[in-house]
Amino acid sequence: MRITMTVDGTSYTDDVEPRTLLVQHLRENLGKVGTVIGCDTSNCGACTVHLNGRSVKSCSVLAVQADGAEITTIEGLERDGQPHPVQQAFHENHALQCGFCTPGMIMQSIDLLGDTPDPSEEQVREGLEGNLCRCTGYQNIVKAVRAAAGELGAKR
Amino acid sequence: MIPAPFDYAAPSTVEEAVTVLADAGEDAKVLGGGQSLMPVLRMRLAAPTTVVDLGRIPELRGIREEADALVIGAMTTHDEVCRAESVRAHAALLAEATHTVADPQIRHRGTFGGSLAHADPAGDLLAPALALDASMTIAGPAGRRTVPAAEFFVDFFTTALAENEVLVEVRVPKHTGWQAHYEKFNRVAQAWSTVAVGAALRMEGGAIAEAKVGLTNMDTVPVRARTVEAALIGRPVTAEAIREAARDAAAGANPGTDANADAAYRTQLARVLTARAVTAAART
Repeated sequence: MRITMTVDGTSYTDDVEPRTLLVQHLRENLGKVGTVIGCDTSNCGACTVHLNGRSVKSCSVLAVQADGAEITTIEGLERDGQPHPVQQAFHENHALQCGFCTPGMIMQSIDLLGDTPDPSEEQVREGLEGNLCRCTGYQNIVKAVRAAAGELGAKR
Repeated sequence: MIPAPFDYAAPSTVEEAVTVLADAGEDAKVLGGGQSLMPVLRMRLAAPTTVVDLGRIPELRGIREEADALVIGAMTTHDEVCRAESVRAHAALLAEATHTVADPQIRHRGTFGGSLAHADPAGDLLAPALALDASMTIAGPAGRRTVPAAEFFVDFFTTALAENEVLVEVRVPKHTGWQAHYEKFNRVAQAWSTVAVGAALRMEGGAIAEAKVGLTNMDTVPVRARTVEAALIGRPVTAEAIREAARDAAAGANPGTDANADAAYRTQLARVLTARAVTAAART
């Protein structure tokens, strides 16, 4: 099936099998390997991307369902060579240990901050409920999201 | 893992979807938001020959308000239900329960109708739909029919939907001004409900005038706690009165035993969670 989607600002048209997962299409056909696959059960959230502006688990969407959609991955966040404020906050707050969950954590954090610009610690934890860090490095992740909220708030 | 190969159809109207389903035969599967189906396909617990995606049918999406009911399109996402002012105002129990479903990413894709049609006994939207006396509009080759929630849920993962039928919309009678709470007991974040209880109350002068209580995962289908509902009428909101009314919460239910809980424990949970749900609803 022929599908067209815009990924990180570039339009791609490809022929895919209907069973192709969005995450598989992003990684294997478009080379967007910044988005990773962490589990087979829809639990871990490592593959989170934005589909038409909202966070989704790209392992739980078929590529054909995203025909016509606009996708943003972790690779599309930087502007003019500068990391996104949430990426910067993760860096500064040491919000990663092995780093595997990080792309999904950052994509979900951005979605969360879109809805809740100044979240409490509890709201951050609830907003990241669908993302697992097997290093259990949650403390600094929460800290980074709240730091990014301050940074983004100051810019508004 | 990657799903087994299948043919894919994305009809643009309900009638077209019904035709496609009829042509595809018994091994076709309807794809709603995909948040229950995709893991099953990935793990190859199911291998349908044809997947019929309802995601391109505008009629199935959105919430409209009628004089005495909200009508929620089957493909309306959990996130849209949570955000809708009309749901909060007229079906607060549904808003409360939907907020507890899975996690934000899944609520962005998962749909109200998909969740009901999947009919997982641990699904959180079945009991609220039952408690609020919702009814389902179903489209099939012979046209449309309406089925009340009490008849829609037939068994474990089984509804009144025939293989060539599609759930179009759900009519939820307005419960304007009713206070509600959904009390969910699960082991960890994202886990399904071991047991959960939804309570909606109409309060009058500090006492309970009417009550509707639905139980999740206390049987192969959602259960209406009618004994509790009757016992709550006219009661003041005191801990003792509520505890007393909640005592027979599991009456008529037939809870199962699994790795999370045995039947006796579920019965006890139903009692405790009913008291908590009613107490929280009365305080909202």
